[in-house]
Amino acid sequence: MLKFILRRTLIMIPQLFLLSLIVFVLAKAMPGDAITGAFAGDPNATEERKEELREKFGLNDPWYEQYGRWIGNAVQGDFGSSYMYKQPVTTLLAGKVGNTVLLALFTLIITYIIAIPLGIVAGRWTDTWADKLIVTYNYFSFATPLFVFSLLMLFLFSFILGWFPIGGSVDIKIEEGTWDYIVSKMEHLFLPVMSGALLATFGTIQYLRNDIIDTKLKDFVKTARAKGVPERKVYTKHILRNSLLPIAAFLGYEIAGLIGGSIFIESIFSYPGLGQLFLTSIGARDFTVVTALVMILGTATIIGTMLSDIILSIVDPRIRVE
Amino acid sequence: MGNPVLEIEELRTSFSIKGDYHAAVDGVSLTVHENEVVAIVGESGCGKSALALSIIGLHDLKTTKLEGQVNFKGQNLLSLPISKLNKVRGRDTGMIFQDPMTALNPLATIGRQIEEPMDYHLKLSSAAKKKRTLDLLRRVGIKNEQRVYGQYPHELSGGMRQRAVIAIALACDPVLLIADEPTTALDVTIQAQIIDLMKELQNQIKSGIILITHDLGVVAEMADRVAVMYAGELVEIAEVRELFVNPLHPYTRSLLNSIPSNMEAKAKLHVIEGIVPSIQNLDRIGCRFAPRVAWVPEEDHETNPQMHEVKPNHFVRCTCYKNFHFPEGRVGEKDYVTS
Repeated sequence: MLKFILRRTLIMIPQLFLLSLIVFVLAKAMPGDAITGAFAGDPNATEERKEELREKFGLNDPWYEQYGRWIGNAVQGDFGSSYMYKQPVTTLLAGKVGNTVLLALFTLIITYIIAIPLGIVAGRWTDTWADKLIVTYNYFSFATPLFVFSLLMLFLFSFILGWFPIGGSVDIKIEEGTWDYIVSKMEHLFLPVMSGALLATFGTIQYLRNDIIDTKLKDFVKTARAKGVPERKVYTKHILRNSLLPIAAFLGYEIAGLIGGSIFIESIFSYPGLGQLFLTSIGARDFTVVTALVMILGTATIIGTMLSDIILSIVDPRIRVE
Repeated sequence: MGNPVLEIEELRTSFSIKGDYHAAVDGVSLTVHENEVVAIVGESGCGKSALALSIIGLHDLKTTKLEGQVNFKGQNLLSLPISKLNKVRGRDTGMIFQDPMTALNPLATIGRQIEEPMDYHLKLSSAAKKKRTLDLLRRVGIKNEQRVYGQYPHELSGGMRQRAVIAIALACDPVLLIADEPTTALDVTIQAQIIDLMKELQNQIKSGIILITHDLGVVAEMADRVAVMYAGELVEIAEVRELFVNPLHPYTRSLLNSIPSNMEAKAKLHVIEGIVPSIQNLDRIGCRFAPRVAWVPEEDHETNPQMHEVKPNHFVRCTCYKNFHFPEGRVGEKDYVTS
């Protein structure tokens, strides 16, 4: 098992290297560069001045030289400085990573709290009114665009009813570390988390429902019934254990998806996380920040995939590595 | 013959298809005695498995209607609520399924799966359960039982898995074993081993066995009595020797004729024309086998075919057996392949 994890970790190195290359080249291929972004709409910036700056920051060098410089610094933890915020990218990100991770984590937990029971009910009692209700909700959540739903939630609960703050991650007047601070954080998290979770349940519910319907008909379930196992135990011990496998395996991908998917949510709720930063950075061609962010999202995906592999190998004896 | 263990009376199992119920088992009466192996034979789709599953109520009750009686240990299993039925399943009955590749839970160890029925039916300490399980594994011919106890199904071969399935069925010393095509999914060499094992076990445990199969070789090897099933009905019941020596019903004779013999290696196999009708399209009036023996004159069939006891313990349905003969040149005896 340890060897397996070690091997999976080692494979990550070439994966990350390849990712960095693609990210860098794609970012370079964006129209414009950090200088055009920084001086956009500034009538005083002359072409000579911009060219001077390009020369100064080495933006006129061939891309592979720029890449070499960038990756050399990146492995030492230095992603350069933001052109827009005029501070090191690492410092800039440090303040936001926590918020995004918190958002993703809570969204994930709430998604599972909603989706797993609903999936089980729909799968076990197929074609009952409860099942039909759940499936209807499922189609609704799949069909509703996230930004429309988020805006509606924001409009209804923050603007009209005023139950929750309109934006931010915490009330700035409250001192850090106090109980009130935690409460304030939760208040700010509630709407973004619920908006994300209520729509993210689709995959888990549908997958779980279908897998239970499928597993119900398996021979080993008949074997269990022939043993005299009570129906409730047939479900908990035989059907659910088998049907939850793919859900557990998807956990890693879900985490990666949520961190990447936070872009809309964070923008709409003005939640200061990576996603919001991502959008503004792209707009400003803040090249160093964009590459660092894509690297983070890519790394999250790679780690998520590895996590899925590890989880699956723990819960499923058939692919357990000796 | 010992005391009856199981008495099935006029069992009718109907499945709901598009709102209508169609009987897959249509008025079957059969008795199984202690220490007796009763084979139920017939082509695929005759209702053999439906019959086997009906005995312990393993059909989905939302889409299945069960009528008649299944008398077992002084109670009609069909009228028992599921909680009472669960006290019988796995305790007094054991079920052996067709495909050992799918009959075991892939996520539980063999040991756990054999112990599971003991959890519900026997009051044993976990040490006693383990001892009993290891003992069962040895009895079904698994030599390295300590190892297999902790293994998962995917780590075992098909034959070993089927042995484990048999061990599960035997876990609580049942008085009735239902084996639904226990050898069909296995390699021929493994089939022979499993049949040997079942014969050996049958001598030890003295319980009644219902053996569902379409393999007449297995029937000859194991059965004491044979019930031939066609389109949901039993068409002939006889002791095994009598059935092979003196088969009466046209369906039984057709089945026996379809066995490849090694005497005439090049002889064409006898083929029963047509297929078993599906339960929606079955004509339930008159002799159900009539469409597949079209040359038999209509007046030979009974209008409402009944079981007739032609000899002690030899029953046959319908009167069409009396003058039955295969048309010339169709039977394979002299019909050699020339090319």
